[in-house]
Amino acid sequence: MKRNSVFAVAREAMRQHSGWGRTWGNPEAKKAYDVVIIGAGGHGLATAYYLGKNFGITNVAVIEKGWLGGGNTGRNTTIIRSNYLQDPSAALYEKARSLYETMSQDLNYNVMFSPRGVMMLAQTHHEVRGYQRTAHANSLQGVKTEFISPARVKELCPIINIDGPRYSVLGALWQARGGSARHDAVAWGYARACTDMGMHILQKTEVTGITQSGGNVTGVDTSRGHIACKKLGMVVAGHASVVANMAGFQLPIESVPLQALVSEPIKPCMDVVVMANTVHGYMSQSDKGEMVIGGGTDAYNAYTQRGSFHHLEETVRALIETFPMVSRLKMLRHWGGIVDVTGDRSPILSKTPLGNTFINCGWGTGGFKAIPGSGWGFAELMAKGESPLTDQFGLDRFRAGRFIDESVAAGVAH
Amino acid sequence: MLILNCPYCGCYKDETELSAGGEAHLKRFGPGASDAEFEGYLFGRVNPKGVHFERWRCASGCGKWFHAARCTATLEVFGTYKAQTLKPPQAIKDAISAKRPGWTWRDFS
Ligand SMILES: Cc1cc2nc3c(=O)[nH]c(=O)nc-3n(C[C@H](O)[C@H](O)[C@H](O)COP(=O)(O)OP(=O)(O)OC[C@H]3O[C@@H](n4cnc5c(N)ncnc54)[C@H](O)[C@@H]3O)c2cc1C
Ligand SMILES: [Zn+2]
Repeated sequence: MKRNSVFAVAREAMRQHSGWGRTWGNPEAKKAYDVVIIGAGGHGLATAYYLGKNFGITNVAVIEKGWLGGGNTGRNTTIIRSNYLQDPSAALYEKARSLYETMSQDLNYNVMFSPRGVMMLAQTHHEVRGYQRTAHANSLQGVKTEFISPARVKELCPIINIDGPRYSVLGALWQARGGSARHDAVAWGYARACTDMGMHILQKTEVTGITQSGGNVTGVDTSRGHIACKKLGMVVAGHASVVANMAGFQLPIESVPLQALVSEPIKPCMDVVVMANTVHGYMSQSDKGEMVIGGGTDAYNAYTQRGSFHHLEETVRALIETFPMVSRLKMLRHWGGIVDVTGDRSPILSKTPLGNTFINCGWGTGGFKAIPGSGWGFAELMAKGESPLTDQFGLDRFRAGRFIDESVAAGVAH
Repeated sequence: MLILNCPYCGCYKDETELSAGGEAHLKRFGPGASDAEFEGYLFGRVNPKGVHFERWRCASGCGKWFHAARCTATLEVFGTYKAQTLKPPQAIKDAISAKRPGWTWRDFS
């Protein structure tokens, strides 16, 4: 792959941009690979990337039923933060956040990481206490966050109404090094780097069955025929239960739709990410000027990638209260993704009942922020059988009752 | 908007008037059960893409719990039935078979 640089931009500008090559390959599938990853979302691609980069394993295929990044990775609202409550979460999410800081240089691909700061509003006294506790936990974990006053909230984000009629703003948990990144570029950058290492990304190839022998997986049946592998990674988010079922085991996961919407583009008016968990809405402004808005999850299982209309209504209602100026905005697009939710709202990065098969799922409403850290740890787990980043996130925690409870810390959907 | 018919009071309710109660026909395990059984009861879920059986509550109506058979891929509703049963009635299973021949769900088919 040609290196991207200021010189490349200048060179291409002189010749009508005729020299840019393909960003990733479109190879014919081989009969066998050392490692097969199911799912070319951010987590699957990052896993492949770190298998190559950190462990020299490059005979790898990433198999994707649609187009790469077309799942939740290309549908999320791109909030990146690491202000979780429990120690294992802080380690994993902070590893991811710190990898985001150097991702563009590492991949030689601009992922537009913007550490503009993430603010989680406290709008009840309960939330004030909760976020103060999180800020204390974070300082013990080495994650820099602070609890800030309403006046500071207003200073950082002037368009907020801090003394709304129902829930006035009582403070906020502020992570100055949180922010957002371009979601597609994260998938594309990894895909490009994986192609560079000789890996195969097989798009429009659906895994339909899993072949096994003696407690190990021997390969996968796909819409392009059987593909053999020595190790298998399942990284399919909302479809985790469906793929696990092909391999004969069940997961503690429910799949539900989560929605988002964007407005027409307007002039820059907000340079931080704001989450209002009590009224349930969150918003940031994209580089194009669109206000990016996240909604809530449906209360029942579905695989429809749309979701119920009343959630949009609730979200917009909450946002108008928090940001009165958005009441005249026109909304441009709206969509949904299928998120894989666990009981403790923490992900699963785990061995499985099958010896050479590993699963990475359960990121639910909030896994975009974790992509590089998850790929880093999961690649280590797949290569070595253990990883300090993932060891607490095994499937066995549900049997042992050793939960990593983030349902309170997350509070809102993402 | 999902609309379900409460088999107790007969009302057709929008999803906003109901509360969703998750997977139906779970066998409850308590003290004395093995760790695996208890884990399965608490956390193991079919979470299928297709035919699914769920618990719902007629929250803004008669208040009773009932069961629904639904397709999670298309949101089609096959039918609802009362909760005092360990398995879906034959009429519901027939209604599903008419539209999804060969379906299975846990031990039902
Ligand atoms: C509306 C919305 C907003 C969100 N907002 C945020 C946010 O602000 N911050 C944040 O951190 N997270 C957010 N998330 C969550 C985040 O998007 C996900 O946790 C993350 O993208 C999951 O990445 P993934 O690679 O695991 O899954 P995906 O990107 O979904 O990739 C899985 C891939 O597997 C493929 N696949 C499935 N079955 C098969 C099969 N049988 N064969 C082959 N391929 C298969 C799918 O096609 C898909 O491309 C949001 C999610 C949604 C839906
Ligand atoms: Zn009723």
